[in-house]
Amino acid sequence: MNDHIATLPPTPAGKKYSGFLRRNFREYAMFLSLLVIMAFFQVQTEGTLLMPLNLTNLVLQNSYIVIMALAMLLVIVAGHIDLSVGSVAGFIGALAAVLMVQHGVPVLLATVLCLLAGAVIGAAQGYFVAYHRIPSFIVTLAGMLVFKGLALTLLDGQSLGPFPEIFQKLSSGFIPEVIDSDSLHPGSLLLGCLAAGALLLLAMKQRAAHLRHGMEEEPTQFFWAKQLLISAIIVFFSYKLAAYKGLPNVLIIMSLLIALYQFITNRTTIGRRIYALGGNEKATRLSGINTRRLTFYTFVNMGVLAALAGLVFAARLNTATPKAGLGFELDVIAACFIGGASASGGVGKVMGAVIGAFIMGVMNNGMSILGIGIDYQQVIKGLVLLAAVWVDVYYKNK
Amino acid sequence: METILEMRSITKEFPGVVALNQVNLSVRAGEIHAIVGENGAGKSTLMKVLSGVYPHHSYSGEIAFAGQPQKFRDIGDSERLGIIIIHQELALVPQLSIAENIFLGNEPSRHGIIDWHQVYARTRQLLQQVGLKESPSTLVGDLGVGKQQLVEIAKALSKNVRLLILDEPTASLNETDSDALLELLLELQREGITSILISHKLNEIAKVADRITVIRDGMAIETMDCADAPIPENRVIQRMVGREMSDRYPPRQPAIGDIVFEVRNWHANHPQHPERQVLKDINLQVRRGEIVGIAGLMGAGRTELAMSIFGRAYGKRIRGDVYLHGAAVDVSTISKAIGHGIAYVTEDRKGLGLVLHDDIARNISLPNLARVARGGVIDRTRETGVARDYREKLRIRCAGVTQPVVNLSGGNQQKVVLSKWLFSQPEVLILDEPTRGVDVGAKYEIYSIISQLAAEGKCVLMISSEMPELLGMCDRIYVMNEGSMVAEFAAAEASQEKIMSAIVRAGSEK
Repeated sequence: MNDHIATLPPTPAGKKYSGFLRRNFREYAMFLSLLVIMAFFQVQTEGTLLMPLNLTNLVLQNSYIVIMALAMLLVIVAGHIDLSVGSVAGFIGALAAVLMVQHGVPVLLATVLCLLAGAVIGAAQGYFVAYHRIPSFIVTLAGMLVFKGLALTLLDGQSLGPFPEIFQKLSSGFIPEVIDSDSLHPGSLLLGCLAAGALLLLAMKQRAAHLRHGMEEEPTQFFWAKQLLISAIIVFFSYKLAAYKGLPNVLIIMSLLIALYQFITNRTTIGRRIYALGGNEKATRLSGINTRRLTFYTFVNMGVLAALAGLVFAARLNTATPKAGLGFELDVIAACFIGGASASGGVGKVMGAVIGAFIMGVMNNGMSILGIGIDYQQVIKGLVLLAAVWVDVYYKNK
Repeated sequence: METILEMRSITKEFPGVVALNQVNLSVRAGEIHAIVGENGAGKSTLMKVLSGVYPHHSYSGEIAFAGQPQKFRDIGDSERLGIIIIHQELALVPQLSIAENIFLGNEPSRHGIIDWHQVYARTRQLLQQVGLKESPSTLVGDLGVGKQQLVEIAKALSKNVRLLILDEPTASLNETDSDALLELLLELQREGITSILISHKLNEIAKVADRITVIRDGMAIETMDCADAPIPENRVIQRMVGREMSDRYPPRQPAIGDIVFEVRNWHANHPQHPERQVLKDINLQVRRGEIVGIAGLMGAGRTELAMSIFGRAYGKRIRGDVYLHGAAVDVSTISKAIGHGIAYVTEDRKGLGLVLHDDIARNISLPNLARVARGGVIDRTRETGVARDYREKLRIRCAGVTQPVVNLSGGNQQKVVLSKWLFSQPEVLILDEPTRGVDVGAKYEIYSIISQLAAEGKCVLMISSEMPELLGMCDRIYVMNEGSMVAEFAAAEASQEKIMSAIVRAGSEK
């Protein structure tokens, strides 16, 4: 029996929909804005945006922002911020180059070392935030300067490359195909279709379970419209990508990470505790949860994903440059806030941050194709960030 | 004698509560007028009406000051006439100097540029007047509470005060500072300043007051003249608490067993001022199935005691032992305390008890996520099921367990907090003001839940500032004052008068 209906007088169907829409306005609005923005640039660029080559580029260009946004979302939900992620990513890229190019450390070992270094950096910053209660803004501002400087020191101000070929595959490689064909990569298309099918099944299963136990769910038509749209989009994009070189390796990594973080935030105790911590730290502590340790681990996690993003970026450029990672933190943080995270903590969704990252990515890409200068791009991105949060706050107060 | 202030039939309502009911108060020019009453009797509300914190249209009744009817829109209006209120929590900026604080918002200036010569000269003069030997440039944060109190009074004097209202001015002062303050009040009286003194300490009132008004349940009960002959304390206390008890409490048949929970020689110091002792050598025991109350005034250290026991959630340099079934247990962290079956239901629901924008189910499961999860993955079906059980058992009125708790009424929020802790299946339940901000109907339900818990054999330790509630519910009552246990009564021999006089006596002895 549905709780909602059990205690409230039955509402006419139309009213029920509008009520549901109002409560979940944010999620749909985000998703639709992304589609609208894509449609806009698709028209303006006369179809260039969704050309297979450009779509592949779009994924590659955005992957490291999305990866960092996943961890940043947790940091923001916990009520903190990390300004150092761009510098850390740059520093790890430099470290990778020094290890692999200068010292010939095997790729796998070097990668593990770099991820560990990211964890240590996150731990160091998390230690000051969690155990010494220094505001994260200050700790990570310091970290931003420190690691920017260390990256310069490591590289001696020079660019360092190229990386071993296998490492480059991290960003510029595509999943192997069984049947090789120049025009269409059937393996990639198949994988895309399978993913879409799996997501649909999962959503149906979850919905059925929720309905069985009388939890609130979206109206049936909504559910199907949304799920079919998502499936269609996934199939469409994998078709597009398959028409170029197939699915990029980094897309697979990114998708797995998105799925993992979606799961962590929605279903696990640790995810739940991070939300509670950001929502009301004192109440969470009085519920017997070690809030300091939780904050600490949130920063460790951020460090690891910043390191991964640094590796992906270095592999994509095939060199480590002292300027790598410059300003990434701004795009990452903006992605989370556009995606509906609250600066005061406790609120935010993984999918929101991912969509936010893609909104930023599509705008970057589309405006570049249109030949809009970097100066105006910044202005427009800034205004979009402000507008997104403004709409959010406006609807919350209403 | 001329009347300076006349408040007539003041009625102030909050949603669901009548805080002031037809209160009349008349203060004569040049007198020290004391106002006494229990916590929540309406003293502070009355002063907020008088000072314009509650603006003119938000209450009914009339105020006349110096013969003129007044309609204050805000504090500024009342301050312009020289009505200055000094709150219990001082409103000083610790990072600013004495001089800067005194003239904050009122700086002698020309074209927006502060005339520091005048600021310092006038500050020196004011400090002399209140007898504070400090440099005007000393930071207020470096002063003790007693001296800060004097700075507040100096600030009031700088605004040409005619009626000075002091809300519990000596609550956090030691004896010397208290005496100095009272002496200063008499000195100001000689200079023609009228004062209203809100206090619990009847001995202090006896020293300085000319008249006493007793407020109880939002009504002015009586104004007594004590300028010539002192009034016996007992009579004042009786007027403060004298109210009839009806069956506002569910009937209980206590089945009390052995001692389960025991605290011995418990000490704790203030977290920000570690040299200040907040809890002094506290001992208490709770038996199986027993409801034990802790009475005391605000600031007596009851919440501090509960929180320091609950995994050292409050305080520094904590010493003492906690015993369960006769064996000492380690309660040094909150999760250990919970693990030993101790639960603390906070007095500050919104600040410390709930994640407000989260839903009911998520709030209930928070301390015990492991019990609704397997391998770190939450089973939401089970979580919702648990929440539904408590919703039914405690009759939480809501649209569904996925409703955010922020939209619930105070009583229902309290039930969510109770559910949260009942779900951790505690043996010892510490309830801190369990019915604060809860309407009368929901109170009865919460009392029923508490009785039920005791009947199930749990130990209940109940902190409350409402004495009738303690008398109505408890089997035994401890009385705390200024960080110490000052008395213990069995339910049969306890009365409001006895509790109040234990507090008053302890306060006076100091």
